[in-house]
Amino acid sequence: MQELLQQIVSGIATGGIFASLALALVLIYNAMGLVNFAQGEMAMLATFVALALIDHGMNYWIAFPVTLVIAFAGGIAIERVVIRPVERAPILTLVIITLGLATLINGLAGFIFGYVPRAFPSPFSVQTVNILGALASYQDLGVIAVSGVVLLAIYMLLQHTTVGLTMRAAAHHPEASRLLGVHVSWMLALGWGLASAVGSVSGIMVAPILLLQPNMMQTIIIYAFAAAVLGGIESPLGAVVGGVIVGVTVNLAGVYLPFVGGDLQLAVALAIIVGVLVLKPNGLFGRPSVRRV
Amino acid sequence: MTKSGSHIAAIAAFLVGLAACGGSSTPAAQTDVGVTSNSILLGNTIAQSGPAAAYGTIANAELAYFTYINNTQGGVNGRKINFKILDDGYNPANTVTLTKQLVEQDQVFAMFSGLGTQDQTAVRDYLNSKKVPQLFVATGATTFMADYGKPSTADSSIKWNYSIGWQPPYQGEARIYAKDVLANHAGAKIGVLYQNDDYGQDYLKGLKDGLGSNASMIVDSESYDVTAASTVAQLVKLKASGADTLFLFTTPGFTIPALVTVTKLGWAPAIYLNSVSNPQVYMGIAKANGAALKNVTSVGYIKDPTDPQWASDSGMQLYKTVIANCTTCNVNDGFNIYGAAVAWTMVDVLKQAGSNMTRANVVSIATSGLNETNNPFLLPGVVVKTTSSDHFPITQEQVITWNGTGWTLQGSLIDERGTIK
Repeated sequence: MQELLQQIVSGIATGGIFASLALALVLIYNAMGLVNFAQGEMAMLATFVALALIDHGMNYWIAFPVTLVIAFAGGIAIERVVIRPVERAPILTLVIITLGLATLINGLAGFIFGYVPRAFPSPFSVQTVNILGALASYQDLGVIAVSGVVLLAIYMLLQHTTVGLTMRAAAHHPEASRLLGVHVSWMLALGWGLASAVGSVSGIMVAPILLLQPNMMQTIIIYAFAAAVLGGIESPLGAVVGGVIVGVTVNLAGVYLPFVGGDLQLAVALAIIVGVLVLKPNGLFGRPSVRRV
Repeated sequence: MTKSGSHIAAIAAFLVGLAACGGSSTPAAQTDVGVTSNSILLGNTIAQSGPAAAYGTIANAELAYFTYINNTQGGVNGRKINFKILDDGYNPANTVTLTKQLVEQDQVFAMFSGLGTQDQTAVRDYLNSKKVPQLFVATGATTFMADYGKPSTADSSIKWNYSIGWQPPYQGEARIYAKDVLANHAGAKIGVLYQNDDYGQDYLKGLKDGLGSNASMIVDSESYDVTAASTVAQLVKLKASGADTLFLFTTPGFTIPALVTVTKLGWAPAIYLNSVSNPQVYMGIAKANGAALKNVTSVGYIKDPTDPQWASDSGMQLYKTVIANCTTCNVNDGFNIYGAAVAWTMVDVLKQAGSNMTRANVVSIATSGLNETNNPFLLPGVVVKTTSSDHFPITQEQVITWNGTGWTLQGSLIDERGTIK
């Protein structure tokens, strides 16, 4: 019982990591109906930028927002330079481009920063608190809290601001929005910028736990996909709930399903992706898309 | 050994000179592919990018040692050692391509100190079928020692008699931990976290064999795949199993988070950390990320550059002179002194080969005729030895414990020679 509880609490903590990156995936999907395979690598690169700033003597709490701004600008720049020329291309082209972007950024980071794992400072200590007999560290709780704050911020932005409304309109009805005077193309760029900033929060939260190195996000992004798909790909709340469910499921399946074992965790994540797509393509929080024929 | 080697070299050079001048029937010194009158070409594949790039510096340190030998002694027997390093990114597919390139295009005399269990396994059949020496691979996989001379499992017409490892086998290391547990923690309840591949299983086998009839001390063993995001679930389970002693048979990328996770779970087991994960640089990262690092035990067989007890040691002085030839090498990185030490053995073998610089002769010395008692970079007493019936070059290691800032040697060397078949 004690162990079950600890597995659940630890799973929620790991899920917080998946959720934070899943949020960024959801943002881009909302902006242009595209899954960005380079999201993890962009987050990793931003985290290296944060570490460079901190290593040059900048205070953590100054480096954090500065990194968000740089990541935001970087996301917009990538959209303008790489995505915009192929904006109207088939979705497959865009997917391949984001895959290429992922490889490119990974190699670039390796070239500049090297592959030796690095320590990354965390504002939260690894001291533990006792929750009904299970232990959670302040660091884990911090990751979940930050994911929650980011979720709230995204929700407020998308649902309660004009910019958010415009972004959603541009994504869902680009032609009509254009007729109403919305700069659809710039809204897409804004989506990339925001996703990049949200992703960098994820990177900064994850780095103290997984160690910062160019491949830090490569496995995380698979779990983040599972989280986003489970949550219904376009729902920020779904991404967070999905992340937590994936984190807990992967933990429990590894321990309580003897044929899975500790070494098939990734298979569980993939099974979740396939299962959701087959049984409930809109996920837990997604709305079925209605199309007039 | 060194002295007589240089005499032989002088005589050999004299004979070569005679042969060249007179065109007489005096037999010329024997050579092979990759050897000229004034050079020997060795090849290497190693990860200098990708997930295991931290190891990449080893090859640079080896090059630094060869440069030192070339500059101060004019090479070996008048032949400068050239060393071509290619980056395989720890990807066995790359290792195959690059090794073929080195053998067929660059015409290397031998492959030296190629790194990685999977990577070197991937080219073992190829190199042996071509009779190109695969010397002193940088992996402790027991198969590179225990299976010397055996037919390849894939193609029985290929015999593995051109391959040899160097560092202590993982199974031997695990057996030393078993001895230490039985001696110092006889009532221990052991939990094991291991990577679910040859590497992790090699260690686990060594531990079980070493514990022998006490193998039931292992209350739980949990594996993980290299694609896993974390090993938290396994560690929670190990803690819940009641284990009070944790063995980490893991690679550094998983070891460091595991050490931190143990602390985050409020768990304080005695920890046995495999040598692959024990370099200071990794311990430092684990500490910076919050790992308590209390009661951590590992093993060593090479002098630790950060250990003050070697400050005035002549071997350590030599290492510092050598490593000055490599501008990118961190003198305190344990991987670099490893590189210098294995390069020392390579030069030793070439010196012994003398004028008979053929692949067959060099392999024969490396696999059956080594007897180094004076490798200056290894702990005092560590012998590098092979005979016609024993192909485990290094089998001695010493238990070390983490003192908060560095490793402290405990007890004396433990020798596992002859225990692994």
